[in-house]
Amino acid sequence: MPYFSCFSGDSRGMTTSVDTALLPFKPTTKHRQKLLLPRVSYLTLVTDKVKKHFLKVMRAEDVEEMWFEYEGTPLKWHYPIGVLFDLHASNNVLPWSITVHFKNFPDHDLLHCPSNSVIEAHFMSSIKEADALKHKSQVVNDMQKKDHKQLWMGLQNDKFDQFWAMNRKLMEYPTEDGGFRYIPFRIYQTMSDRPFIQKLFRPVSPEGSAHSLGDLLKEMYPDAITNDGEQKRYQVVIHGIEPLLETPLQWLSEHLSHPDNFLHICVIPVPTD
Amino acid sequence: MSTRLTFLSATRRRPTRIKGGIPLTVSQSVCCRATAGSGVTSQVCNTNLWTASSSPPAAGSGRATGMWMKTLRESPQRKGCLCSQGWSYAIDFPATYTKDKKWNSCVRRRRWLRYRRYKAMDTWAKIPSQQTTLPDPFSDISCGGWEISEEPRGRLSLWAVSLQGKVWFRDGIYHHNPEGSLWEEVFLPGEVIQISCGPGDLVWAVLWEGQLIVREGISRDCPKGSSWAVVESPSPDVGAIHVAVGINVVWAVTKDNKVWFRRGVNSHNPCGSGWIGMVGEMITINVGLNDQVWAINCEDRAVYFRQGVTSSELSGKTWKAITVPRDGDRSHSSASANSLQSAGCYFCGEVRAQSVVSDAESDTEKGSADGASCHATSTSPESFVDAPTDSSNPPTDPPKPRIPKVTSDSFISELVSDREPGKSSRDTGSAPPAVPEEESIPGEGEVKAPCAGSALSPSQSGGPLDPQWSNVDLEEAQQAQTVAVQDTADTCSLSSVATYTLAMEDPYGADEHPLWAWVSGGGCSVDSHSQLNWFNFSMNSSSLVSSVQSMSLSVSPAQTAAWRRQIFEQLSERTKREMDNFRHYEQAVEQSVWVKKGTMQWWRDWKPHKWIDVHFALEQFSGPDGNKDGILFIYYNYYEEKKYLHAFINEVTILVPVLNDSKHTFAIYTPERTKQRWPIRLAAATELEMHDWLALLSVSCCDSRGIHGPPSKQAIWSITCKGDIFISEPSPGLEAMPYPTPCDQMFWRQVGGHLRVVECNSVGIVWGIGYDHTAWVHTGGYGGGFFQGLASSTDNIYTQTDVKSVYIYENQRWNPVTGYTNRGLPTDRYMWSDASGLHECTKTNTKPPSPQWTWVSDWAIDYSVSGGTDREGWQFAADFPASYHGYKTMKDFVRRRRWARKCKLTTTGPWQEIPPIPLSDVTILPCTAQSSVDVIPVWAISNKGDVLCRLGVTALTPAGSSWLHVGTDQPFKSISIGAASQVWAIARDGSAFYRGSVSARSPAGDCWYHIPSPAKQKLKQVSVGRTSVYTVDENGNLWYRQGVTPSYPQGSSWEHISNNVRKVSVGPLDQVWIIADKVQGSHSLSCGTVCHRLGVQPVEPKGQSWDYGIGGGWDHITVRGNSVEPPRLRLPSLTDPSSRSPVPVRNTEVNGVGN
Repeated sequence: MPYFSCFSGDSRGMTTSVDTALLPFKPTTKHRQKLLLPRVSYLTLVTDKVKKHFLKVMRAEDVEEMWFEYEGTPLKWHYPIGVLFDLHASNNVLPWSITVHFKNFPDHDLLHCPSNSVIEAHFMSSIKEADALKHKSQVVNDMQKKDHKQLWMGLQNDKFDQFWAMNRKLMEYPTEDGGFRYIPFRIYQTMSDRPFIQKLFRPVSPEGSAHSLGDLLKEMYPDAITNDGEQKRYQVVIHGIEPLLETPLQWLSEHLSHPDNFLHICVIPVPTD
Repeated sequence: MSTRLTFLSATRRRPTRIKGGIPLTVSQSVCCRATAGSGVTSQVCNTNLWTASSSPPAAGSGRATGMWMKTLRESPQRKGCLCSQGWSYAIDFPATYTKDKKWNSCVRRRRWLRYRRYKAMDTWAKIPSQQTTLPDPFSDISCGGWEISEEPRGRLSLWAVSLQGKVWFRDGIYHHNPEGSLWEEVFLPGEVIQISCGPGDLVWAVLWEGQLIVREGISRDCPKGSSWAVVESPSPDVGAIHVAVGINVVWAVTKDNKVWFRRGVNSHNPCGSGWIGMVGEMITINVGLNDQVWAINCEDRAVYFRQGVTSSELSGKTWKAITVPRDGDRSHSSASANSLQSAGCYFCGEVRAQSVVSDAESDTEKGSADGASCHATSTSPESFVDAPTDSSNPPTDPPKPRIPKVTSDSFISELVSDREPGKSSRDTGSAPPAVPEEESIPGEGEVKAPCAGSALSPSQSGGPLDPQWSNVDLEEAQQAQTVAVQDTADTCSLSSVATYTLAMEDPYGADEHPLWAWVSGGGCSVDSHSQLNWFNFSMNSSSLVSSVQSMSLSVSPAQTAAWRRQIFEQLSERTKREMDNFRHYEQAVEQSVWVKKGTMQWWRDWKPHKWIDVHFALEQFSGPDGNKDGILFIYYNYYEEKKYLHAFINEVTILVPVLNDSKHTFAIYTPERTKQRWPIRLAAATELEMHDWLALLSVSCCDSRGIHGPPSKQAIWSITCKGDIFISEPSPGLEAMPYPTPCDQMFWRQVGGHLRVVECNSVGIVWGIGYDHTAWVHTGGYGGGFFQGLASSTDNIYTQTDVKSVYIYENQRWNPVTGYTNRGLPTDRYMWSDASGLHECTKTNTKPPSPQWTWVSDWAIDYSVSGGTDREGWQFAADFPASYHGYKTMKDFVRRRRWARKCKLTTTGPWQEIPPIPLSDVTILPCTAQSSVDVIPVWAISNKGDVLCRLGVTALTPAGSSWLHVGTDQPFKSISIGAASQVWAIARDGSAFYRGSVSARSPAGDCWYHIPSPAKQKLKQVSVGRTSVYTVDENGNLWYRQGVTPSYPQGSSWEHISNNVRKVSVGPLDQVWIIADKVQGSHSLSCGTVCHRLGVQPVEPKGQSWDYGIGGGWDHITVRGNSVEPPRLRLPSLTDPSSRSPVPVRNTEVNGVGN
């Protein structure tokens, strides 16, 4: 089975490199592939080249649906690449080497992804869900079909300008409200069977003060916070960085959300080496 | 110094911007005052006031200039009022007044005498009591009326109420006589307790019995009015106790604390038509500028602002409580503001202003950190009393040792106290019981101030004063710093000392809000269409939220909140970690061609020219060198045949928005189309769509040329007649000899903002002046306006507004039967027209110049038309069109009058206001590439014609610190400083002046040398380069000053260079650029075209011919930043024009710009 390495990338997209070799054959540099992947995109969306590359060297009967695995963990394509990287490999050496499989699709772990339209549907439903939280869906419903398409095309083509021209509207809010209605966030953890934590959480407290990242974690995942005197056990990672807990949540939601408009927060154990 | 800081930061809201858009008033100490700036004079005053109010100002996105309130315990003094013209009026209640019934009303006196500074500014001048007949002290004053008439300048109406209920009108108040000349008693139908006078012709008063009276007959000729009309109290059983009026609104409070809004009030019907009860119970209410409403709630005694007051909905929507940190709270709140400014968008940027000057003034920060005392000082108007800098003008109010008293003598407070018992139980919850009791002492009572602080001796409390409010006015600044300490003790009454001591030793806990008793929002200009964020939340969260709106990762770390810095640092680390080592990896996503399509209208190339529907497409792709590039296509039908027109993005030289009231159009130029004077003209369906396209095309053009980020220091700036600002990065060959880059190939990109004049120099200092004469300094940012995302810097972009007037003419013809009527002859022009008479312009159908502009005033007769008018604004003539004069003669059969209406534009751009003096011209020393000047001379002309010299301008503090006034014998209109500090100016009479002995040591020089204008010509503009001096006269002639040598810098004579010139800019290389009129292109003629003088060299400073660049429609250019010496080629035939000039120089005769 081939493997390739991924790593994450720049501030507006992220990138991944893929390093592959086909195990059925003798691994040679010829059978490895290096790619820069955008952090904000989806694995199955940006790995056309990988697929083409391996199809050339594999027997047709061996090829079923492609899926990815890293150190034994099947990688969920419907999480943004950056989240997968932060969650599973952030403290490992780059490039991120992941393995491509063409057989034995783990149906119980992964969603099937027969075409890009599935990714598009997933992406758009995330945006709609986020806007339901942020604006009672008002903004996304006011958009036209072509506007939705522009969001998707922007992501698909890694065109930030194209994407942001539309996404800007999703990031607006009435000034007097001080923020969105609820912050669309998901907290991922490696240590639990739960896929992620997602609840209603407002950016501003009833008293009118801005909620911070720490406030959110206190309520959703108290363990993630290091108390005074304690050894730090968890890292709270967003886009490969650890923002301070006092960072205002609304700001994070506006500036560090993924294109699906969710703030994806990874809580990972501090490496023990 | 610290004043300067506050001054910059606080007055940023341009107090003098609009007539009536001024600063504030205070009612905190013996004299309360209001202020406003009419011109230079106001700056000091603003500053001081500002110091106090700079923290809550809290930076609204509204245009808060400031607002003061008075707490209950504050003191003997009652209240004051302010007006927009820069004067404040106040009543002083001497502690002893119960014995001798003397009154004192003080005004602050500031004055210019024939362009020389009146030295006794910033002191309270007692209004001379030449009339001893005044029987009793005043209890209320109100001033306004500044919108009634502009003549004489600074005219105001001041109304006062005496304790006996009489009303007095102060006559003869105008700019040079702010204290007025005479009290005139106004006869009344009853006894008045309170009066309110609006900026216009509204004057309402409250009678003892609870009815209201309205002054009728107020007009330009009779500001005092003629009679009173009685309006019954809103509720039959409960009388009114308080009334507040604005331009078109009347608000009243009845004794039961109910708030009422008067329906249907306007100039024609000052009484209005009925009362509307409003939600909320208030003890006092105040109408500020733009009819915005402020009030004190009777329940919690907090200050409330009426949200949603607009010209169409004058009653507003809801009451919003405002967080008003008091003096004592100020130091920490301003500190928090500082830490938050990093946020990158601190609203209107008062904090940004701080950052501009922060280097220079870091020591003053310390001063403000000293604690409440200095802040409190500034809040006490008496401590504004300036160091008397002229011994001939000692303070008019001699110090009288007094024991601080709290005297509660206002009728209002008595009335308040009437209802106090019922509420005292509630009140005690939040306030010491002593407070309401104090307030309820009847008028004659005197109570020793209960607070220990009030017993402090002046020396004790005056000692530690840091004069952080010190004068911005440089001449006096230094002295003020040193003298102020003892001075405060000397000239301030004890009571004011006690006042701030009270504030300092605040008996309330920090988290208990003060109980306010009085509010005046008269200095707080709130745009009706802007959102005020600053009081929705606590200081902290609101600024945070707003800062979030524009994230800026590029601000300097020191100014950044820790969390923000952390994110920035980690992101760059991550990029290094995850990207930099892997750049050679293949991109997973291939950059592909991206096409954006739309439909537009196109002004077709063939005749008859008209707008036709076209499809428009922009194709973008990555060029071979990695630069993005693109092609734009216009698909049209030509007689059923499908055709298209295309332009390469890398050939587009400029995109010019041409908004007008009917179409959203823009023009695309290439060098070829610039030669033709025939751009591609396109019209989008909506303004939004146009801006989308413009932003996209602009990014695309910049990408293809690899131009990003802020303008360079060498940039050439220009402005169109629509006020749009463009910059061009000069290529090294632009001034090359003999083959300069043709200037039609210059690429121009737009930056946000709206200006009339821009001037720059080569260290990157750029100043602008708006149509409303507001001065702006470039923040170093780019973008703003409709530029979004990557085309705009996220920090350094601020709100910018501009105001201009639209004029229409009312035309009438005389006939023997009915006199003048609006029925003209069939051949006559429209009875309502534009200046030319060719277009009908009625009051209703005349729109603002473009959708960006909104009306901010109503139509008003304009009396300031050249030629003069009669009392009703009419000008007479024998027939249309003719020369008009301001009086009727037997031969006059037609008349016209001009109506003006102000409109306002709000946009964003990399500009910060430099308050408070409105300017008409500015010039910055052009530095040569090698020179290392630290402090850069900047000279300006105020819109009143005063010559000003800006001090403290450096590359780090481009806004400078303060103005130095340079005396002149007459008003000036244009000024320019050359590279060797040679200052030339043009006076209003059209002659030139040279300023002698200007140097680094003597930045203002010593005297003016008069230089006659060219024969029979009146000069209007001057520009001085390295050595060359060029002027433009009113007939469009360009003149070069002959014989200028270092030993004889005035030169000997004027030499005519060219005609049809509108403006000239001479740069540090002596390069000459002009805006020319009547430039003929191959397809069309253009006015307002950028032209470059060719063949200019040291031996030939006059050059030889013109090269034509972008235009028409250009209004201004400055090349004074471009100091890069071009590579010089040695060619033999330099002086022979026929053998050089590879440029396709258009025939100069045809072009109309003579050589």
